[in-house]
Amino acid sequence: MLSPNMVALAYLAASVLLILALKGLSSPETARRGNLLGMVGMALAIAVTLQLDVVHNYGWIIAAFVVGGVIGGIGAKRISMTAMPQLVAFMHSLVGLSAVLIAISAMLNPAGYGIADAAGGLPTGNRIELFLGSFIGMITFSASLVAFGKLQGLLSGRPLVFSGQHGLNLLLGVVMLIAGILFCVSGSGTAFALMLMVALPLGVLLIMPIGGADMPVIVSMLNSYSGWAAAGIGFTLGNTMLIIAGALVGSSGAILSYIMCKAMNRSLIHVLLGGFGGEAAGEGGGGGGAAADRPVKSGAPEDAAFLLQNARSVLIVPGYGLAVARAQHALKEMVDLLLARGVQVRFAIHPVAGRMPGHMNVLLAEADVPYDLVHEMDEINSEFADTDVALVIGANDVTNPAAKNDPSSPIFGMPVLEVAKARHVLFIKRSLSAGYAGLDNDLFYQDNTMMIFSDAKKACEALVQALD
Amino acid sequence: MEQLAETVTAHAGVDPFIFFFTVFVLAVFVGYHVVWNVTPALHTPLMSLTNAISSIVVVGAILAAAPLEMGAPTLLGLGAVMLAAVNIVGGFMVTQRMLAMFRKRDGGN
Repeated sequence: MLSPNMVALAYLAASVLLILALKGLSSPETARRGNLLGMVGMALAIAVTLQLDVVHNYGWIIAAFVVGGVIGGIGAKRISMTAMPQLVAFMHSLVGLSAVLIAISAMLNPAGYGIADAAGGLPTGNRIELFLGSFIGMITFSASLVAFGKLQGLLSGRPLVFSGQHGLNLLLGVVMLIAGILFCVSGSGTAFALMLMVALPLGVLLIMPIGGADMPVIVSMLNSYSGWAAAGIGFTLGNTMLIIAGALVGSSGAILSYIMCKAMNRSLIHVLLGGFGGEAAGEGGGGGGAAADRPVKSGAPEDAAFLLQNARSVLIVPGYGLAVARAQHALKEMVDLLLARGVQVRFAIHPVAGRMPGHMNVLLAEADVPYDLVHEMDEINSEFADTDVALVIGANDVTNPAAKNDPSSPIFGMPVLEVAKARHVLFIKRSLSAGYAGLDNDLFYQDNTMMIFSDAKKACEALVQALD
Repeated sequence: MEQLAETVTAHAGVDPFIFFFTVFVLAVFVGYHVVWNVTPALHTPLMSLTNAISSIVVVGAILAAAPLEMGAPTLLGLGAVMLAAVNIVGGFMVTQRMLAMFRKRDGGN
């Protein structure tokens, strides 16, 4: 049995290890070691907690941990990299739910945490913290479940909008707040239960109107919420390690949301109000003129192969369509063939190329594309002007020049990859259909653009054959 | 001894909440600086790792599950332990799996 001071110091050590885990992610070389430090920190935190005097129920606790651990382990081993956003959303919901369960338990038995006042009830300060931790936890839980459903395709990715939606959300928010305040003042269990019962549908309603295109922001935002919920529980228990870990995760998610919003030129408020990707499809806008009556140059994969092998430099712009078609591995083969011929091949990644921050990098890494060939938009955008061939696969909106030139376009102001500046542009795309934002792309009709109308995987395989 | 007495007076009357809040604000700053340094290529592993880290609530869950009598508070705690364990094991493992895929061109890392 460690003394209280030793316990506090061990928790401090665990907190430092968790910070070092995040610090490791500053480069792929140090990241694995960082993750290991994180595991050590977590193990230390758990071990120290288990040896506390108040913990008696070892058998059951360990059994519960093993059951959860096995489920998590199997999930982690089996999940496909394309499904990573769903997994992360699902995990956020678990953090939220577990924070809620802890909060209810603390509410029912405050003495168990040593936070009961003389009468055995909760002191006001703890009530406020418990209120914050549990409502954030509950919203994280239900909102993440909806996000999971949308990403997994169990629910429609289309934004669900109905009239009076924002009014209803506001009403629920106010009811929740009043119930929360009542609970803080009186400690009434009914008010606490009412607060949780309102927070549950509120989380659902908040995410329903948000379309698939905005999911990277939402997943990042829920990441942040799950951290704040953990910090809230830390305040309730008076545990600095939980507060530190929660604050780290909270700020991490907030930064990611900010980066994603900036990459789409949308404000968080706009994303939360929802509806994007629904009505925009109807308006058309941006590209000007119907797709049908503008001439496009289309070519066969052999034509594209000819261009590619005679190029000095090739920049590949992958989009989520690449992953949907499972074309990463065929693409990697093609890249190897070009590299073997002495062509400089690099990848240009837009921050929202995948379904969550950094998703495309993971998908390419899975296909064995070396990470030093993969560059972020800011690093590489100036090099398109110096590039012989820009090859766009399964991407559209992130290359749309309308974002720079057309103030009437819904995506005006969004940073885009300057594909248009390359000497030749190759588009592998199934059809001229609009992108996520429902916009036509002027790039399709440029003189130096060749469209290859094909499934991304078939096109890459045909390119490999033509190059071989 | 005199010094100790002084320290005590300096903190006398301060609500513990203020102390925790101080820790919280400083940790937000640490998080802000550490996370801006994360390379964008590793933002997905960052999310799965932070998922595992926020499951540090398992500490609270263990305390909730601590008593021997199997009342509702204990059962809720056990449920929370299980959910957090899914995330802890799953989060760290899936992060490791992803990070193992990141390789440089010339063999090596």
